[in-house]
Amino acid sequence: MRFVGQRLGFLVLSLWAAATINFVLPRLMPGNPAVLMIGRFKGQLSARALHALKLQFGITHQPLWHQYLIYLGNLVHGNWGLSLTYYPVPVSRIIAESLPWTLGLVGVSTMLSVLIGLVLGVYTAWHRGGSWDSVLPTMATFTAAIPYFWLGTLLLFVLGYLWHWFPLAHSYSTSLAPSLTWAFAVSVLYHALLPALTIVVSSMGGWLLGMRNNMIQTLGEDYVMFGEARGLSDRRLMVHYAARNAVLPSMTGFGMAMGFVVGGALLTEIVFSYPGVGYQLLAAVQNEDYPLMQGIFLIIAFSVLVTNFFVEILYGRLDPRTRGGDAQ
Amino acid sequence: MSTPLGSSMTTSHPTYAPKHQPRWQVWMDIVRRDKRPVWGLAIILFFVGLAVFAPVFTPYSPTATAFTPMMGPSARHWLGTTASGQDVWSQFVYGGRISLSVGFASGFIATVLAVALGMLPAYLGGWVDTLMATVTNIMLVIPGLPLLIVITAYVHQAGPLTIAIVIGLTGWAWGARILRSQTLTLSRRDFVTASRLAGESRWRVLVAEILPNMLSLVVANLVFATIGAILAEASLEFLGLGNPSAVTWGTMLFWANSGGALLSGAWWWIVPPGLAIALVGLGLALVNFGVDQLSNPRLRLSRVRPSKADKGAVR
Repeated sequence: MRFVGQRLGFLVLSLWAAATINFVLPRLMPGNPAVLMIGRFKGQLSARALHALKLQFGITHQPLWHQYLIYLGNLVHGNWGLSLTYYPVPVSRIIAESLPWTLGLVGVSTMLSVLIGLVLGVYTAWHRGGSWDSVLPTMATFTAAIPYFWLGTLLLFVLGYLWHWFPLAHSYSTSLAPSLTWAFAVSVLYHALLPALTIVVSSMGGWLLGMRNNMIQTLGEDYVMFGEARGLSDRRLMVHYAARNAVLPSMTGFGMAMGFVVGGALLTEIVFSYPGVGYQLLAAVQNEDYPLMQGIFLIIAFSVLVTNFFVEILYGRLDPRTRGGDAQ
Repeated sequence: MSTPLGSSMTTSHPTYAPKHQPRWQVWMDIVRRDKRPVWGLAIILFFVGLAVFAPVFTPYSPTATAFTPMMGPSARHWLGTTASGQDVWSQFVYGGRISLSVGFASGFIATVLAVALGMLPAYLGGWVDTLMATVTNIMLVIPGLPLLIVITAYVHQAGPLTIAIVIGLTGWAWGARILRSQTLTLSRRDFVTASRLAGESRWRVLVAEILPNMLSLVVANLVFATIGAILAEASLEFLGLGNPSAVTWGTMLFWANSGGALLSGAWWWIVPPGLAIALVGLGLALVNFGVDQLSNPRLRLSRVRPSKADKGAVR
């Protein structure tokens, strides 16, 4: 329970840090970008919207702490301002519409990537020195260095444009209306395949290399050797003795890995014109729509932080040693 | 000290002995057994050479819009031309200049910060350490690329120097965590205690005793920070957040994407810059296989092996 409390404390602290960074950045920047933005939108916005924008980006005479309290209050109440690109649609509505696509895409492909990476890591470590072991780790090193968006572009070019195997854009066929039908579900899956493949290929390498390292180390432990001496089957040794223990350290980096994958996924969405938050982020960046940009940064940070929190709780259940002090 | 003095004397001794000359022999040994670092170095030198001696390899200016647009590769234009009639090979060769400089510069900034913010607080201990450890952990889990995008979006069309600084300033947390845990284990070792008892000052112990033993970790950090920086720079420029008139691998991809390279089948425009980024990343990672082996016996002694798992998981 103390462990959960501790992680909860860290979650709150990091959420607060993300929100504060978001507040401080536009006020810290030289040349005050918000003034420029508001200057550009003068005449297109209502006086009230302009006033709200000025408040949001600190162009008022109120003291900073006052601005900060109002900002935090607005944040908690879901009042994230109006998007300028889609004026006068609230930022929160754009996010609510695009976030499910991103969560679905990133969630499924991360799970696949972790699973495939770990299995291949176990396999290469078990057959160390074998032919796969000489190829896969080097390939994983290469795929980990590939820019997500470039790989996505290539896949789109070859599989979509040249061979017509996959659609070139969007998350479902435009001839279908969103509904709970079989045809619609198939269309969504079909459109998600190529972006998901991009994310899986680019992010799998890290899991493979990490798992291989841990596995090799675990295989050298005495209890594995003892198990071997007892005549346990290879399968039992590999899965139940070594892999189960080796998988634990891989999970400690989950939060960081998650942040990295989400960043890559944003760019992947842009390449595939996939209507998630990454695609909206591009629109926000191109139109210098700071309210939308801030909202998307926050929602991405919050999602990663919350996911990381749950993974760490789960991890604490799996490995008593991480539950801080009291077990050791 | 919890460990008996006698038992660890043997382990701390070798860390004293190899200072300058034997390190080369260790390198030679590694290289003889494992060719990967050599290949990695060759790849990096190849791209650095292309960038440095760019005018030797191409007669055309990378920005001259003097040719027929969207031509495929030919004897005159090895990698064809862009939609606005620039020579892709020239852009490829010259683009490496900024892309590599930004990568190495921000890798360097991130590593210096990682050493300062990871090592110093851990060595000093107390509330400074607790605070910095918390800050590091927070920076680690806040997704880096979205943060970079927000920062560079506030700076209008950030130039390469700004991008390098911003990437460096946001990319230190991972290294700081690794270096912190290593400093904590090292500063508890007997050879550190011994030199402190021998009357060396706190600073001298840190700089002359602890830092040299962390060198391979610092180099590994430099390698991965640089890979991350090259990728991050390309991502930002691909989004159009960089200065689009600067010729880099990232802006090449930006123009290829916005110039409709994909739908006109201009693969020669899309493939080279991304491939260069991936190959440089591969080269750096291959070099790191060598650095890893150089440090492995010491790593094993100080029991920071789990940190290698993090490294694998992130990249």
